Amino acid sequence: MDRIPILRMGQFLLVTIQVDLYDRLALDLEADLVKMVSKTGAKGILIDISAVSIVDSFMGRIIGNIGVMSKLLDAETVVVGMQPAVAITLVELGLPLKGVYTALNVERGMDLLKSKIQVIDDEEIDPDDDDSDDITE
Amino acid sequence: MTVVREQDVVPFRNRVKEYAVKIKMGLVNQTKLITAASELVRNMLRYGNGGEVLIEVVSRGRDNGIRLTFKDDGPGIADIGMAMKDGYSTGKSLGLGLPGTKRLVNEFEIKSEVGKGTKVTILKWANG
Repeated sequence: MDRIPILRMGQFLLVTIQVDLYDRLALDLEADLVKMVSKTGAKGILIDISAVSIVDSFMGRIIGNIGVMSKLLDAETVVVGMQPAVAITLVELGLPLKGVYTALNVERGMDLLKSKIQVIDDEEIDPDDDDSDDITE
Repeated sequence: MTVVREQDVVPFRNRVKEYAVKIKMGLVNQTKLITAASELVRNMLRYGNGGEVLIEVVSRGRDNGIRLTFKDDGPGIADIGMAMKDGYSTGKSLGLGLPGTKRLVNEFEIKSEVGKGTKVTILKWANG
């Protein structure tokens, strides 16, 4: 049984899709990724589709789903390396791939993920909760 | 070429690509054609329990093109008008398959009879 490998790098998960995906493989990847995010507490997913020559509506939906599902688990998804012909086809097909961030290549995708997490971290540190925890006894 | 299982889809797409390369179709048009073919073959598998695909090279003057005919003996489509609308689906998909496919190719024809099956023909010119 084929499987797309998921690599862990710090707080990110890396996926490079090197084969032509058929539906089962894509569905397995979706499930595996969501499980991995939950298990490892990863903050970001980077999916490299530079070797993918065809993204049809099913594949597009899976990518979108991964974005939404991982978001629910507090992780951001960046899709990198989309071929120009694939971008043209996706838009004409009517699938603008909302819900996921995209970057031109792996390097920029990584920077994007880091910046996303940075921003979120900063927001969390906001010292809003003033020490007004009244303890009633 | 017969397509009855999900695993047949990738070899089928490769076959379409071979033909497209043979007639020197540009990369963008190739991608559009193969994506369209992928949508239709998925429909055929999901709703029609698989079927036959005919791949043909056609010529019009100097221009060459590829014609694909998808034929299944499935339940057919009751309302083609609705099926061709963006966002309409009887399955649990986005409903982009048929209308999206039509946008990706030069010619698109669909014939369906309830209880008998569905036949979809698409044509993409190499320089179209």
